[in-house]
Amino acid sequence: MSQKKPEKLIDENDVRLDGRKLDEMRPIKIEVGVLGNADGSAYIEQGKNKILAAVYGPREVHPKHLALPDRAVLRCRYHMAPFSVEERKSPAPSRRELELSKVIRECLEPSIFTEYYPRTSIDLFIEVLQADGGTRCAGITVASVALADAGIPMRDLVSACAAGKVEGRLVLDLTDVEDKAGEADMPLAYMPSANAITLLQMDGMLTGEEFEQVVNLALEGCKQAGQIQKEALRAKYVVVKETEAEKEEAEAGEE
Amino acid sequence: MASRVRQKRVAQLITHGKRLDGRGLTDYREVQVEAGLIERAEGSARVRLGKTEVLVGVKFEMGEPFPDTPNEGVLTVNAELVPLASPTFEPGPPDENSVELARVVDRGIRESKAIATEELCIEPGKKVFVVFVDVYVLNHDGNLIDASCLAALAALLNTKMFNYEVKEGEVKIKPGYKPLPIRNYPVAVTFAKFNDKLVVDPWLEEEQVMDARLTMTVEKDGKICAIQKGGYGYFTAEQVFEASKIAQQKAEEQRKLVVKE
Amino acid sequence: MPVFYERRQLVTPGDLLAENDYFAGENTHKENNRIYATRVGLVNYEDKRVYVVALKSFYVPMVGDTVIGKVVEVTLGGWVLDIRAPYLAMLRASDALERPFKPQKDDLPSLFDVGDMLIAKIVAYDRTRDPLLTVLERGLGKITRGQLIEITPTKIPRVIGKQGSMISMLKQETGCQIIIGQNGRILISGKSPEDERLAVMAIRKIEQEAHTSGLTDRVTEMLKKEKGEKEVVKNVTEET
Repeated sequence: MSQKKPEKLIDENDVRLDGRKLDEMRPIKIEVGVLGNADGSAYIEQGKNKILAAVYGPREVHPKHLALPDRAVLRCRYHMAPFSVEERKSPAPSRRELELSKVIRECLEPSIFTEYYPRTSIDLFIEVLQADGGTRCAGITVASVALADAGIPMRDLVSACAAGKVEGRLVLDLTDVEDKAGEADMPLAYMPSANAITLLQMDGMLTGEEFEQVVNLALEGCKQAGQIQKEALRAKYVVVKETEAEKEEAEAGEE
Repeated sequence: MASRVRQKRVAQLITHGKRLDGRGLTDYREVQVEAGLIERAEGSARVRLGKTEVLVGVKFEMGEPFPDTPNEGVLTVNAELVPLASPTFEPGPPDENSVELARVVDRGIRESKAIATEELCIEPGKKVFVVFVDVYVLNHDGNLIDASCLAALAALLNTKMFNYEVKEGEVKIKPGYKPLPIRNYPVAVTFAKFNDKLVVDPWLEEEQVMDARLTMTVEKDGKICAIQKGGYGYFTAEQVFEASKIAQQKAEEQRKLVVKE
Repeated sequence: MPVFYERRQLVTPGDLLAENDYFAGENTHKENNRIYATRVGLVNYEDKRVYVVALKSFYVPMVGDTVIGKVVEVTLGGWVLDIRAPYLAMLRASDALERPFKPQKDDLPSLFDVGDMLIAKIVAYDRTRDPLLTVLERGLGKITRGQLIEITPTKIPRVIGKQGSMISMLKQETGCQIIIGQNGRILISGKSPEDERLAVMAIRKIEQEAHTSGLTDRVTEMLKKEKGEKEVVKNVTEET
């Protein structure tokens, strides 16, 4: 059972199949603290992507020989559920998942103060429940929020977004069908306070000029994702503050 | 693993624009390419990049095409970090490093459409040639990616397919060979970052001290067809753009070592 | 001297809090003369110090702290405890027995077994090894009665209050014995389950509203109200 490939991905008015403009991101929704057992957790929906991230740690490392004497070791597992894609995917880790686990780990580690917790491990789990292109970026975005939710001290949040080229036009945040049929897809992750690109990959074909434009487009996307991450973290705690403000007002009224 | 003192020296020199082995910041180590040394393989090549040594073998099999590309041959790239290549390589199933290496080499070949896969179709929708590119790392002295990509390219250029005809649904081998149709020549250029300095073709000791690495694969017309950032550090956007320009230039130089016009 | 937030504003990791002449306090990090938040929390500026009261963090052991830990393993020479920290804590037999430890004679599990909760003190801790505990001081040892609750460790100072004002009030109003572990575990031991329930309620309220002012008065009020209501109910039932 496979999808029929659409005729055109972008029409003559530069409107994409899902109605977006070329430089428009899919709507993002992030919820914080969704899992009871994990030390930190978050859930993201970006277009049709549905991804869960959970953090355990810092905690003792098992097996012990993996511990580092001067800092915490970050371990990351990016995994796709068998039902997350059009054709059922075997639950066994694929080579792609192995590569993505590595690049995601290398992408988030610079943001964490691992040196504060020697001989421990911080375990990060990213589960893709439903996939529609750009899962590693959405996974990084939600994982960063989960790390903050766990109370792990961080230099900054890491935000990620992909940009690329589809039917000759440079676009932001490609869906699965745009990635498969397009000319280039470039996932990028950014840590604003250090002006740091911590993840950068590309497959496809871009001239030098196109490449620069696509990087700048992706950075724009990262900025937008960053705003939503911050709002999500604030939203979890603002409720507490509001109830207090209401109470104080009510008490003032009674006097 | 190099001593602390030596590691410091390596990093210090680079901040002053020099390297321990005397190279300029954008110089490659000496390259030696030897093709066709494994006769049993359909194609093979060995590349020595400084002391890093990689052997690539290409083999053919017949198999089914992928459903979304019914008339095209299939490319599979695998990499093995053989234990004899380094005290840090352990025997066992492919780990994340060998998987990453294989996928980066694969990306360069696949995205540049280096192999004319439409010419590998035996029976549309049913039977195609599967090209196995096996990367075998023999000695690890840094920058396995560039050495492996170069060796893979040389091996593919060296690859010969047997002539055949299809009779009554069966593939019959005919005498003679023809070269594997190659249409592009992707070359990977890897950078190591040390604070604000970028260095091309890091060797092992530089890799142990670098902040991060960035690989850009460039095809014959100067377009970038694959990028992979690795390591725990980061790059600024300016450094990424600087790297892309240097990569295009160095790729052209390196390509000449393998592709004889 | 630029600061970028107002007091008590909610900040997230990476937010730029101040520049130049400020000192980096708790949950902040200074880089190139700029101070950034490292955790989600409420920012505060005090003189030249900027710090963040984290809304969520975990306990990091400190020498001298009283902690409440759970025995997870009995070893040849002592016990291993879970103290709700990134590291497990060790209690050597010599720090639990008042006389020298005799491995053939002393049966460690009979003293403390897996699952037991202990009140202990951290006597040693540094980056190279796990925290070391002792139970040899007064008030330390195995917990045999009472209720244990867990709160996020950052709120513990609030439960204690300025110069112990909050905790003395709690003890007085509820008549319970309350032992506070710096690692976020609190032991409540009262004359009746009712009294203990009041104490738990009060502590939960403190945890929720730790960042507000006038909390001590509000908690006192709440407790008095709860007890008052119960008095009324008691009288009513007696009359009928």
